[in-house]
Amino acid sequence: MSDYRIKEHPILPIPAEPTLSFTWQGRELKARAGETISSALFSNGIRTFGHHPKDGAPMGIFCANGQCAQCSVIADGLPVKSCMVPVKEGMAVAPLDGKPVLPDVGSGDLAFRDIETLTVECLILGGGPAGLSAAVELGKAGVGVILVDDKADLGGKLVLQTHKFFGSIDACHAGTRGMDIGRKLEAQVRTFENVRVWANSNALAVFSDRKVGILREGHYVLVQPQVLLVATGAREKSLVFRGNTLPGVYGAGAFQTLVNRDMVKPSERLFVIGGGNVGLIAAYHALQAGIDVVGLCEALPECGGYKVHRDKLVRMGVPIHTSHTVISANGEGEVASVTIAQLDAAWRVVPGSEKTFACDTVLVAVGLEPVNEFYNKAKEFGLPVYSAGDAEEIAEASAAMFTGRIRGLEIAKALGRDTGEVPPEWHRTAAVLKSRPGATITEEIPEAEKGVFPVFHCSQEIPCNPCTSICPQGSIMIEGNDILGVPTFNEKDCIACEQCVAVCPGLAITLLDYRRGGDEVLVSIPYEFPGSTLKAGDTVTVLDTLGAILGNVKVDRVRSPKFADHAMLVKVRAPLDIAKRIAGIRVQQPWVSEPMAGNVERMADDEIVCRCERVTAGEVRSRIRAGVRDMNELKAATRAGMGACGGKTCPGLIRRIFHEEGVKDSEITGLTQRPIFMEVPLGAFAGVVTGEGPVQDVARAHAVGAFQGGL
Amino acid sequence: MSTAVFDVIVIGAGSVGMPTAMHLAEKGLKVLCLDQFASPGQGSNKCAIGGIRATHSSPAKIKLCLDSLRTFGHWKEEHGWDIEWARGGYAFVAYRAHEERLLKNLLVVQKKAGLNIEWKDREEMLRVAPGLREEGLLGGTFSPEDGSASPMRSCLGFHRRAVGLGVEFRFNEKVTSIMRRKGKVVGVRTDKGGYATGCVVNAAGPWARAVAQAGGLDAPVVPDCHEAGISEAVAPFLDPMVVDIRPAPGSENFYFYQHKPGQVVFCITPNPPVVGSDRRETSAYLPMIARRMVDLMPKLGNLKVRRTWRGLYPMTPDGAPLVGRSASLEGYIDAIGMCGQGYMLGPGVGALVARLATDDLLEGDAAVLEELSPARVFGGAEALK
Repeated sequence: MSDYRIKEHPILPIPAEPTLSFTWQGRELKARAGETISSALFSNGIRTFGHHPKDGAPMGIFCANGQCAQCSVIADGLPVKSCMVPVKEGMAVAPLDGKPVLPDVGSGDLAFRDIETLTVECLILGGGPAGLSAAVELGKAGVGVILVDDKADLGGKLVLQTHKFFGSIDACHAGTRGMDIGRKLEAQVRTFENVRVWANSNALAVFSDRKVGILREGHYVLVQPQVLLVATGAREKSLVFRGNTLPGVYGAGAFQTLVNRDMVKPSERLFVIGGGNVGLIAAYHALQAGIDVVGLCEALPECGGYKVHRDKLVRMGVPIHTSHTVISANGEGEVASVTIAQLDAAWRVVPGSEKTFACDTVLVAVGLEPVNEFYNKAKEFGLPVYSAGDAEEIAEASAAMFTGRIRGLEIAKALGRDTGEVPPEWHRTAAVLKSRPGATITEEIPEAEKGVFPVFHCSQEIPCNPCTSICPQGSIMIEGNDILGVPTFNEKDCIACEQCVAVCPGLAITLLDYRRGGDEVLVSIPYEFPGSTLKAGDTVTVLDTLGAILGNVKVDRVRSPKFADHAMLVKVRAPLDIAKRIAGIRVQQPWVSEPMAGNVERMADDEIVCRCERVTAGEVRSRIRAGVRDMNELKAATRAGMGACGGKTCPGLIRRIFHEEGVKDSEITGLTQRPIFMEVPLGAFAGVVTGEGPVQDVARAHAVGAFQGGL
Repeated sequence: MSTAVFDVIVIGAGSVGMPTAMHLAEKGLKVLCLDQFASPGQGSNKCAIGGIRATHSSPAKIKLCLDSLRTFGHWKEEHGWDIEWARGGYAFVAYRAHEERLLKNLLVVQKKAGLNIEWKDREEMLRVAPGLREEGLLGGTFSPEDGSASPMRSCLGFHRRAVGLGVEFRFNEKVTSIMRRKGKVVGVRTDKGGYATGCVVNAAGPWARAVAQAGGLDAPVVPDCHEAGISEAVAPFLDPMVVDIRPAPGSENFYFYQHKPGQVVFCITPNPPVVGSDRRETSAYLPMIARRMVDLMPKLGNLKVRRTWRGLYPMTPDGAPLVGRSASLEGYIDAIGMCGQGYMLGPGVGALVARLATDDLLEGDAAVLEELSPARVFGGAEALK
């Protein structure tokens, strides 16, 4: 494979061809204008960006979010995080091998500006679903707001979500694709003159004088708000296994950034660890981008994510290995395979159950944790602070939008605006949207064998009801109008409009049409893959809800109506005996997910806990066994938590090792958190005038006054 | 009260208490070391930036730090534990005639005390610390035998050795009273229990006054607060600790160096001093020190800051430590008031306290103890703090 760009996508537009030239180790490569260095490198098949100074281990992308420094490269002589810096025409990029050299600069006449402090009623950190929704309410209430977001486009992780959202249409735009919800919210926020949006800006710290340090497009500024709203979302948890830092092992968030934002095809064969919604959705996004998904493993006996997401994946031909854990990612310099094994009821690996799958990428999607350091510091320092969305509690984006709205109103009220009380039903809706997936219900197959009607392959209580809102006949109901319930068709006339088939976020509704008579039924199935992959007359394999093969059928017609929003509605001619059970079309052939003939056993002792400083689980474990209970002492002895990410990744992993060693939480002293929460050059704090960015008053460095010291 | 009996109880397991406990155990004593925090060095030791120099202007501090330098400089060979010692020297730079004069005057005293320190002219100073702003540089002093090490790794190294020598440690345990009978120390009570002893060493750093008061005594130690920071790791480019003693709005001197693993550590002396024990981070620190650093060495503008923190300097009225026996309470020894230099003084002070506690003083110790006597009359501040 030589081209690593996505050329065809069912939902996303294909951006312009690469026109920009840059070099990697002197070799000229092409990049798309505006893309980050990391994506430009991935597009050219490069995913080892450097080697660690401690042991020479290869390094690649990990968070793709500016939070760690694993993807650092040398760009035009300076060490930079490749995931945050756009590639420029003529840029010379080189791997960061070992420690970077701090380049010499002239001793020229530097000018400095004073770091200014701005005051504002409300500062919102994070322009994702929660922050944007809060900004809308605050905008309506006339509150002065600065909204800070680290990306060029607002929307947070919504911009990476190509799938249609769950929830209800009224509360959170259910049935609309996440990326479109993000755009809608951003457009709404930008209509308010009292809401100032600072994109490409990072919050760095909350200080004890209740000022918040912001790097605004590279320029440092302090903001002193009356109220702070932390809507910084979540970060991905990590996992310890052999080979867990090999280039090719990274988070599902990084993967979605590469694929859905930058239209990079970073993998040919992908394996996913973790059966929560994040992992299930990432696997689906991979399939849409033309990437084979070799499999997904989940340590629990059932996937934690929505069953519709799981079922959708299984129907497309991706095997899900429940009660399985990852043993190792294997390969010399980059991932070449993954080894998994079965777990027994006591979480022990079942000997002999190991299986190895060839793959080039292993996604870690083992859960999220709140980005709460700004909230904690503000609380400690007595700055009035609220949090919303994942920064408050990990839940779906639909819930984040709703808690954002609630916090917006609460803050407006706290700032003296006459907004009235938060409607009590908002709290109820927020609680419902946050609810975990409920009971699994046996699918009800209708008995009717005539006319037209939908079949709901929806068998789990989740907060979702767009099908009930969309039906023009009002014939789809949920008992008791409970959004958590499962829909039913109340046998009124169906006009075969197929809108319910198109709107279902779980792709779990089919429409059966018996009107032609004979021994075949027309079944409409939603399909979100490139149009080129399917046409009338093709034979496809159809599967039931759980992924069991029902047989091969002929495609009668393929259409992509506007209301389906890029999805296709595929009509197949199915025999009577299987028609009602058809829930999907297989897109991936079984041979893709077959294990390798022999198992690969990785011998290297490289179960890395702290990836910044490359501290192994063995080192941490031996300290714990020697009696260490303070994570700060562990840090002093091993450097775990001392690295570039600021101790954001390893504390959870270390705590887990403590638990494995039988140490209780009450015995453990946690890692002290100190600012700043992202590495920033000294020049930014110094206020060095670079000639770029906002015009500032220029002041010379410290005025040389009379010497007051007493040597 | 438990029946545990110790020869000495050291209060504080940090920069001073840890080497003191170790040296006491080397003398064959049964030692208990108590600390209010969860593990070694979690008070002020971990806030120290790691500079170690003998180039002071006080004879006692020069002698103690020369002792310390010997300990730090050989720790890895002797004990197999890397404390990241690097002999990079200290460079005090002068950009104005005023500082040149001050530093040259001081040089006379320092050379008289036998220190290896020289005046470097502008060109020589640019070789000592490449990247310094050339415009206006007059030169400065350079002391090549000074250096740096990791305070945290040193404290853990001393801890390992102390444990090996039989010192007992109790962490997360706060002293509530030093028990006395007939003018003598008889034990220590904590929030968790009690221990019998005839000798207590106060090595509680910025918390020394409260410990002294727990024994019915007092100590003129008041903490003030300094903020420090550390950068990403880069390839070696700077050997010495660079010190700029010029004042600027909001600050006195500031200093920085590149430690052995490659990170640049930096600190500034605020003016006016921030008195008290508030260690919460301020928004003023980074812009203040960043501007001075980048102005002094422009290439630092591209160096990424990783982390900042605040630490406490246990200050005394005259800026010199308080080391010695109490005149009013037998068995009570002060090793306090290090004024921000507890890390570099620690091993020297610890060895001295161990000799004092065992009545095994060496030649020269008496002069040091006289200079640092807790009972002294406080005069003016030391020239080069």
